[in-house]
Amino acid sequence: MSVLVIAEHNHQLLNPTTENTINAASQLGEVTVLVAGYNCEKVATATANIEGVTRVLLCEDDRLQHHLAETLADFIITLASDYSHLVATASTFGKNLMPRIAALLDVSQVSDIIQVIDENTFKRSIYAGNAIATVQSLNKIKVVTVRASAFESAESSNQPASIDRLKLNADSELSQFISQQLSTSDRPELTSAAVVVSGGRGIGNKENFSMLEELADQLNGAVGASRAAVDSGYAPNDYQVGQTGKIVAPDLYFAIAISGAIQHLAGMKDSKVIVAINNDEEAPIFGVADYGLVADCLEAVPELIKALEA
Amino acid sequence: MKLLVSVKRVLDANVSIRLKPDLSGVDQSNVKMAINPFDEIAVEEAIRLKESGIAEEIIAVSIGEKKCQETLRTALAMGADRAIHIETDSQLQPLEIAKILKVITLQEKPEIIIMGKQSIDSDNNQTGQMLAALLGWSQGTYASKIDIQQKQVLVTREVDDGLETLSLNLPAVITTDLRLNEPRYVKLPNIMKAKKKPLSTLTAESLGINLTTGIEILKIEEPAKRSAGIIVNDVQELVSKLKNEARDIL
Repeated sequence: MSVLVIAEHNHQLLNPTTENTINAASQLGEVTVLVAGYNCEKVATATANIEGVTRVLLCEDDRLQHHLAETLADFIITLASDYSHLVATASTFGKNLMPRIAALLDVSQVSDIIQVIDENTFKRSIYAGNAIATVQSLNKIKVVTVRASAFESAESSNQPASIDRLKLNADSELSQFISQQLSTSDRPELTSAAVVVSGGRGIGNKENFSMLEELADQLNGAVGASRAAVDSGYAPNDYQVGQTGKIVAPDLYFAIAISGAIQHLAGMKDSKVIVAINNDEEAPIFGVADYGLVADCLEAVPELIKALEA
Repeated sequence: MKLLVSVKRVLDANVSIRLKPDLSGVDQSNVKMAINPFDEIAVEEAIRLKESGIAEEIIAVSIGEKKCQETLRTALAMGADRAIHIETDSQLQPLEIAKILKVITLQEKPEIIIMGKQSIDSDNNQTGQMLAALLGWSQGTYASKIDIQQKQVLVTREVDDGLETLSLNLPAVITTDLRLNEPRYVKLPNIMKAKKKPLSTLTAESLGINLTTGIEILKIEEPAKRSAGIIVNDVQELVSKLKNEARDIL
């Protein structure tokens, strides 16, 4: 089996979740990674040093600056016949791109896998994580997206893989990039952070949300939010943890003033240790928490920050 | 401008699911069904485009068992003009759904197709992108803002690191994210009016498409349950538990 992993990157750095995806892919066969972008040789070099990667394909072209699905898909289908599997992380990048590739190849896609059973068979969660489906792909080329939080990150290797350059042979003009507003933060990336501090609507306002940032910084963690907190404007959309937002599984997850709707639980219930702080003792979040504290978060969180300093 | 919206009938988001004991699937008998919430956002957006004078006609499409017509009536009651039901009892996967929608698109010739980014049952997040690919159209997924210009549409997308705005050549497929709009409540007189709006029915099998799916679902089972934790009395106890029992983390 030969697997092509589509790397996710910002032309400077490889997205850490791609390392989890490479690890998942190496359970399927020999892994080649495609780094497609613009002035992104650094990313290719870093990718070549990941355990399990046997070859890196580097394609640099200014038409790849914005990772547009139409151009990338037209390009990747020209490579597809050499591989048994095409794999990417189930991030907004991979989720946007891979079904377009699958349809152009006239094959089905297996989305957001959480386990590899064998080269054709995978487990994935459905119904907001309330059921687990075991699915088998019957297609010759299998298009798969991977839930990064369900797989360990790949180790680094001291025997770098070869890097081969490719020319872009596709140019779709169906869409153009206009602008972006990226959240800039020095915190670890939400889906790969070891600690996540998330807040819900019970936080009350945007100003109060900053105490969660303080707690996260103290633990070198990332900040997340429930849908209700994002809808209320307390946190930006890219903080959302849940069925349709980001799926996280950190070592330690703080759910603060989050009631625990099933859609939120779907995004965090595989965390190793869950701490819930909520003033409603009936909140469903306590049903999944390892440690629950019934308290007003506006008092408990500052107290927690102080106690952790000691 | 003509708009096509596709809607899926799903288990209501607030209902707890029951699995069939033979692991063949989710029991859908006697449970509340609803329009997929992301598709409801798609219908709402189409209606707003019509209300603002940009769109002239909204066609709602649903694929599945006979009861999908109830879901289509909801879309009509919200404000869609007419509906097409493609009837099938087969459990189709996103690629086959996209192939059916392509046939309908070629017949109806909409300039924009709006649909939910994913359905809350199978959580696949594929159909819109697949349909765009099959039609050779541009795609704007996870939209939180849609701004229609002369020959393009500007779509602001919710992406993992923030927001991104693309300009899509028309025709285009757009998939909705949560914050695109808040769907309206359907008023009773509109439910009555919706009963008189045209709803045509076709069978999936009559469209001449190969509906053999490339995915076989072997079983559907319960996820591992988390064991119940403990309630601590105060912050001090919480910190001491974390430092002792979860000390490799802190």
